Amino acid sequence: MIRINCPFCGERDHSEFGYGGDASIQYPALDAPAKDWIEAVFQRENIAGVQQETWQHTSGCRMWIVVERNTITHEIHSVKPAHPGTKTLLANAGDHQ
Amino acid sequence: MSGHRIKNGGRIDRSKPINFTWDGMPRSGYEGDSVASALMASGDMVFGRSFKYHRPRGIMSAGVEESGAIISIGEGDRKDVNVKMTTQELYQGLVATGQNAWPSVRFDLGAINNSMSRFLVAGFYYKTFMGLPPFEWGKGTWLWMQYEKIIRKAAGMGESSREADPDHYEHAHGFCDVLVVGSGPAGLAAAQTAARAGLNVWLVEQDAEHGGSLLAESSDTERTAALSELSDLGVTIMNRTTVFGLYDYGVAGLLERVTDHLSSADPRLPRQRFWTLRAKHTILACGSLERHFAFGNNDCPGVMTTQATRTYLNRYGVLAGEQIVLATNNDSSYSTACELARAGASVTLLDARNQINKKVAQKLSAANVDYRAGHTVVKANSGAEGVSSVLIGKANGSEWTATDQLPCDLVALSGGWSPLVNLISHRGVKPVWDPSTACFMPVDSSEPLTMAGSAAGIWNHDDCIKSGHSAASMAAKSLGKETTSVVMPATGGWNSPIKPLYEVTVPGKQFKGFVDPQHDVTCEDIRLAHREGFVSVEHLKRYTTLGMATDQGKVGNIIGIALMAEALGCEIPAVGTTTFRPPYTPISIGALSGQSVGAHFRPLRRTPMHNWNLVNGATMTEAGLWQRPWYFARGVETISSAYIREATTARKSVALCDVTSLGKIAIQGPDATEFLNRIYTNPFAKLPIGKARYGIMLRDDGFVMDDGTTWRLGESDYFMTTTTAHAAKVMVWLEELLQTRWHDLKVHVTTVSEQWAGVAVAGPKSRDTLLECVEDPGVMENAVFPFMGVIETTLKGGIPCRIARISFSGEMAYEVYVASDFSPGLMDLLWPIVQSKDGCLYGTEALGALRIEKGHVTGAELDGRVTIEDAGLGKMASPNKSFIGSALRNRPDMQRHDRPRLVGIKPVDHNFTFHAGAILCSEDKVEGLGEGWITGVTHSPELGHWIGLGYISGGHEAWYRKRAIATDPVRKGNVEVEIISPHMIDPSGSRMYG
Repeated sequence: MIRINCPFCGERDHSEFGYGGDASIQYPALDAPAKDWIEAVFQRENIAGVQQETWQHTSGCRMWIVVERNTITHEIHSVKPAHPGTKTLLANAGDHQ
Repeated sequence: MSGHRIKNGGRIDRSKPINFTWDGMPRSGYEGDSVASALMASGDMVFGRSFKYHRPRGIMSAGVEESGAIISIGEGDRKDVNVKMTTQELYQGLVATGQNAWPSVRFDLGAINNSMSRFLVAGFYYKTFMGLPPFEWGKGTWLWMQYEKIIRKAAGMGESSREADPDHYEHAHGFCDVLVVGSGPAGLAAAQTAARAGLNVWLVEQDAEHGGSLLAESSDTERTAALSELSDLGVTIMNRTTVFGLYDYGVAGLLERVTDHLSSADPRLPRQRFWTLRAKHTILACGSLERHFAFGNNDCPGVMTTQATRTYLNRYGVLAGEQIVLATNNDSSYSTACELARAGASVTLLDARNQINKKVAQKLSAANVDYRAGHTVVKANSGAEGVSSVLIGKANGSEWTATDQLPCDLVALSGGWSPLVNLISHRGVKPVWDPSTACFMPVDSSEPLTMAGSAAGIWNHDDCIKSGHSAASMAAKSLGKETTSVVMPATGGWNSPIKPLYEVTVPGKQFKGFVDPQHDVTCEDIRLAHREGFVSVEHLKRYTTLGMATDQGKVGNIIGIALMAEALGCEIPAVGTTTFRPPYTPISIGALSGQSVGAHFRPLRRTPMHNWNLVNGATMTEAGLWQRPWYFARGVETISSAYIREATTARKSVALCDVTSLGKIAIQGPDATEFLNRIYTNPFAKLPIGKARYGIMLRDDGFVMDDGTTWRLGESDYFMTTTTAHAAKVMVWLEELLQTRWHDLKVHVTTVSEQWAGVAVAGPKSRDTLLECVEDPGVMENAVFPFMGVIETTLKGGIPCRIARISFSGEMAYEVYVASDFSPGLMDLLWPIVQSKDGCLYGTEALGALRIEKGHVTGAELDGRVTIEDAGLGKMASPNKSFIGSALRNRPDMQRHDRPRLVGIKPVDHNFTFHAGAILCSEDKVEGLGEGWITGVTHSPELGHWIGLGYISGGHEAWYRKRAIATDPVRKGNVEVEIISPHMIDPSGSRMYG
């Protein structure tokens, strides 16, 4: 029943989105040692509170976004595009309106 | 009880009679009646039998809390079971039948259980039949499984129709500023204030008519005035709609019963509509329920709540009894007593409290109500059909002393009122016990959610209205509207305090008093649960089944909690209450599934050649959401003879297969090569333009995710194919990597699965076939178009296409892709040429046979649990580069040599077969999880016997000269098999390269 304000499409029902995972994870370089990858892939926090997570607007613009959500109340504090380059795109789109 | 219709009054239309049947007998009522009011007016009394003891059950309420009069409505595929007679509107031709009784609810042979009730206490069946000593002492439940069927039959609810539901249902969505739940005095007031402030308001009422408790009043002016104003203000006013649950983000779940009250509905209308309503603010004015209390035989037909008698009188024009004993412990019953007396009943009011206010006493006298303070009902005596007299008692400390008998045909009870805290509980708000009003009170929510009226524990009518205005003004203010603040009135509001009363006991006497009349939970059962240690409210509930009937404890929970508190010697808050969960009242499964049934259950995907395939004799099968040709039977061929012929033809001459369902992704951009090199295990950095490569991608954790071919069309332009099953997953994965991890890569991924249609042309004559199709035959030369080559060319008739020479079948083969709209034309071009070479069309069954013979893996083998080595593709993991999964695939356990590896399987006796899913065991240990499993089985036309693919510990080398057993106890039994290399034909690949 969550509503997510997609930066590209506007507010939509969460059923249009696919859940990704913990957005705070910094994935190691592909040639990094296994222990770094084990840390990134398996050693996850199970946060009761506000966490950063990735979602994809699968049934919409298909863009990946980073959502700051409270796992207890489902309150969403912020939504931003996952790819920093899209900020410029959004800003330019605003200019044309 | 002998209820009858009074001459005037009520909200029924006496000019519109309605005929219906009750257990096959003709009955009649009026428009505006419920089934309960119409049958009560006809003098019927027994409408059901209780769950366990089969005691007769009558009408106990006038609403959704009904715990006695539970029946089935309708016949055949429209039979609806466990319907509360009190909420079912009457319609012409309605068919009502009793439940849980044989041969009928009035004469029920199952009632023998009642005479054995001293043995049938809480937990009886479990204690007696589970682990039945001495046969099953301490082990298993085999006997229980046998007895259970008989027990379940005897203890029952209505029997559902076995036919498919003929009705359809809808899902709908709504948005509003303020949702007001309930249209009693508080709800109407709240909607008025919110609408006057200019807010978009929804007023939702579960009943057919709006007004809540106002419908039980004799005057109608307040109700109609409020409704007409709301309608003028544009409020969305819904009836027959239950707010069954509250969820996150101000979402309310609503069930609108669209046609359940109609004898013949427009077939275009849904039976029910399931609403997801999003409200910025929710006001719960859902009211309160009057409670019973327990005394001897308090479940006898003819015992009901006081408010119910008032509703039957003023709303339905039915006087529920002629000689009424009304027993109360609070102020709410006096006016009802007067109204019943004025309507012609002889009424005796027993007030459990020791004093009756003088003014009240005068009013009661004036209305000819006989009254006694400090008295209550101790035991009901039943006559032929219902209550015939009551034993009454005088207060003696916390107990009672029996005094005298009073003849009567109706007992009206009021044990206090419970605010409906169900909905606010759905939001995690725990109600708190208030000793002064003897009920659980809601507390404030941190969400935009306000209680009003008696749901907030406010009893007084004027205060209820005020609380509605107050709640709405708070809502309006929070939504930025100008409004006058109204102070929320205090809770309570009776002149004399309530005297808590849950069970009437007489020293030295044992009465059978019921706490939960629908589930036959007695006061003694609660004490038994306490003695046996089930003292937590959650254990009490599960042990005795208190509150687990269709009313979900609306009637009995508080009595049960109070009795447990008494047994524990503590106060009610120390026992606590169980958690209310949605739905508030039952919802049909049909409404939950809505339109997502039958063909709409899930999307259907057809390839652009679908009709072409059908016209040419395809039998289709499902592959995920896709419809794919399964086989093309000729004449009398069965599936087996068809696929064997098709596979044989593909190996001997040439055959065509629609492979459009494969996922197709365009990968473009200056960094496309680098991107592919990171996601595939094998090197892609040096793939020349005009070449394709088979690739495997892993997940981060090093397990195989998917496989497919990727074709290089240009410097920065690739065409990737994925498996049919994982097309969507791979697309999401590529987008995730590009958008969340590798911001520096300049790559676009675009799904083109719908844009391109594909056909596999397989067999030794495949090149000859295509030679006749292309405009320039030169492009087909082996030297310019070798194995794994890619060309973009034009087919005869000007069809642009891309062709790759790749093989899933193990034969010389090509995959030809054209823009989707060209695909029927492509087939029309290919098919006559294929026919001229004695070729054929083939479907997924033959495709499977060909790939199993070759040991090519597919979704059944790449099931997310296998490493690249397990699948026998370890050589495809490049040691010279890093890729997704390269770090974690080298974990020690993933490199163990005894991991299950891909193998071929054949029966030792070639006449035998086995099934996919069978467990592979070693010969000397045919048990447990075995050593491996079988993933795919086919009859090999080439080899002339059955073969399979599967995984087994250590791979085929470890099983050299060792027999394995394919165990399949529920289907085939055990078959001796030989474990061999998965490459069962042409292991060198000479046919593909030729």
